[in-house]
Amino acid sequence: MQNLIQIIVDAVALGSLYALVSLSIGLVFGVMRLINFAQADYITIGAYALVVPTASVSPALLLGALPFAFMAGGVVVVVVVLALLTERLAFRPMRGSDPATLLVSSFAVSYFLQHLVMLIHSGRPKSVGIGNSLSAAVEFWGIRVPGTQLLTMGVALVMLVAMVFFLKKTPMGIQMRAAAENFQMARLMGVKANRVIATAFAISGIMAAAVSLLLVVQTGTLDIRMGLMPVIFAFFATVIGGMGSLPGAALGGFIVGFVTVGLQAFLPPDLRAFRDAFVFMLVIGFLLFRPQGLIVTSAARERV
Amino acid sequence: MSNATTTPYQSFLSRHFAVLLIAACLVFIVCLVHLFGSVMVQRVVIEALIRIVIVVGIYIFTGNSGIISFGSVTFMAIAAYATGWQTCCEMLKPITMSGLPSILRDNSYPVYVSALTSVSLAALAAFVVGLILMRLGGLAASISTLAILFILNVSYSNWETVTMGTASMVGLPTYITPWIALGAALIAVVCAWVFQNSARGILLRATRADEVAAAACGVSLYWSRLIAWTLSGAVMGLAGVLTAHFLGTVSINSYFLNLTFLALAMLVVGGMKSLSGAVVGVVVVSTIVDMFRRLEAGVSLGDTTLSLPAGTQELVLAGVMIVILMFRKDGLMGGKEFCLPKRWAAVRSESVTSERNAQ
Repeated sequence: MQNLIQIIVDAVALGSLYALVSLSIGLVFGVMRLINFAQADYITIGAYALVVPTASVSPALLLGALPFAFMAGGVVVVVVVLALLTERLAFRPMRGSDPATLLVSSFAVSYFLQHLVMLIHSGRPKSVGIGNSLSAAVEFWGIRVPGTQLLTMGVALVMLVAMVFFLKKTPMGIQMRAAAENFQMARLMGVKANRVIATAFAISGIMAAAVSLLLVVQTGTLDIRMGLMPVIFAFFATVIGGMGSLPGAALGGFIVGFVTVGLQAFLPPDLRAFRDAFVFMLVIGFLLFRPQGLIVTSAARERV
Repeated sequence: MSNATTTPYQSFLSRHFAVLLIAACLVFIVCLVHLFGSVMVQRVVIEALIRIVIVVGIYIFTGNSGIISFGSVTFMAIAAYATGWQTCCEMLKPITMSGLPSILRDNSYPVYVSALTSVSLAALAAFVVGLILMRLGGLAASISTLAILFILNVSYSNWETVTMGTASMVGLPTYITPWIALGAALIAVVCAWVFQNSARGILLRATRADEVAAAACGVSLYWSRLIAWTLSGAVMGLAGVLTAHFLGTVSINSYFLNLTFLALAMLVVGGMKSLSGAVVGVVVVSTIVDMFRRLEAGVSLGDTTLSLPAGTQELVLAGVMIVILMFRKDGLMGGKEFCLPKRWAAVRSESVTSERNAQ
């Protein structure tokens, strides 16, 4: 029983991390049909902003040396500026291309950013000690929850609530939902395309910054590909949840988290190494049997 | 209706000008390299020829169907490992890859047998995967090819007893000469050309232009795509065999996102809607990459050596790709094939009309 609860806690923690990433992918996809793989590099660059650019394996801290509030604020600013820059320079000129072309271009942007980081920080993994105090486990009724997991769940919860509030209650949020529903029609009703898209990118930047801090606290390492796997899983999560649907993206994130942890716990030991392959097969299964995802938006239906 | 200026030879030339030009250029370059090239130049040319096989392999599916495949490199890996199992390191195999069936573990096979079986295996794998995937279209198909790439990578990285995990399999015989690479590139290019001009290929191109209209005209999206996907898988398998026996090593992570990105960059730069575009993309991108690789290594000017920081090459490559996607979406060739120069083009159009009239 305890074991089961432990597994559920693990699953919720991983799921909420994926949900954060998949929400940011879903948000941008909603307004401009772009699957933004550069999200991975927003996360990576946010994490690397903590340290001074050197080739050293245990570099001196840059933003990471500041008090927590300033550190978090600094990372958010860096990533948001980066997200806005990529939007303005790379993605805006391609607006209106078909989704597959946009996907290729986001691959190119991601490749560019990844090698930019490699150029500045060298390709070697590094260690940073931030938030060590958080890794101590907290015990509730006999269940030990690592502090980092609590933090992840807490951050995800706060951001999800903030997102819901933003989307339901603020004018910009309502415009964004309208744009995700039908971009053309929203524009005709006076929604400013550039502003909505830039806001979506900025929010995806804020979430990427949160994810990068969470990853650094969890692992204590920096790696130029650290954002890749979370973004790949989150991307497949948005497919499962329904491309373009924000509740779907969050739901998909939790499903992928639960499936991953569940497979890890219940697969026979010699198949455990292939866990991720099963998760990816699940995605193909979804594409075959429910290609529109769990939660269908009108935007997902192709019109003839 | 006969035309005085058109011989069957001329009409053949004009109809197949693109593939003939590409083949002639490749043969010419390999001849030059054979006569004058150093070992270094030979390696560069072999590498470029293998890349042509890779990019043409992806083009056969992506160019004709319009579905961007992120997963074709998968079939390269399958073939590379298959040929490795058959030809590599007879003494070490029972220890390092103990999980292989004994027919592979305790025997080695001649390279041409292994090449054939490996290419067939890649084609078979593509066919089986395609049976499932080709039911999808558009973005969903692209995404699922990406999922296939990840599935294979996870499986081969962890299948320790058979693939040695992420470690490299070393000691494959290296028999790839410029001539063999040329032969493979010609096979790939001719396969692509024959397919795209076959009835099946034209049907598939119709689905690329307008999926719904083509389906309404009775074109089976599924079979057209499946055939192209399988052929593409076979050519990718050929590329995998070449790469494995060119480098002499096989490791799963060299068949992953970086190679996928490089191949897609080539296809995008040249233009993914024509065979000429695919080949031009390889040549242009290979030139850029090679040039910057040299600049990174350093150029001596008098006493000082100027060198660009390592990684510039990748930045430039990504930059070029983004610029092409912004300003010339159909790539350098704009989706067109090479055609005869204007002076002969008159002859060409006449020959086409005469054919039409004959029908």
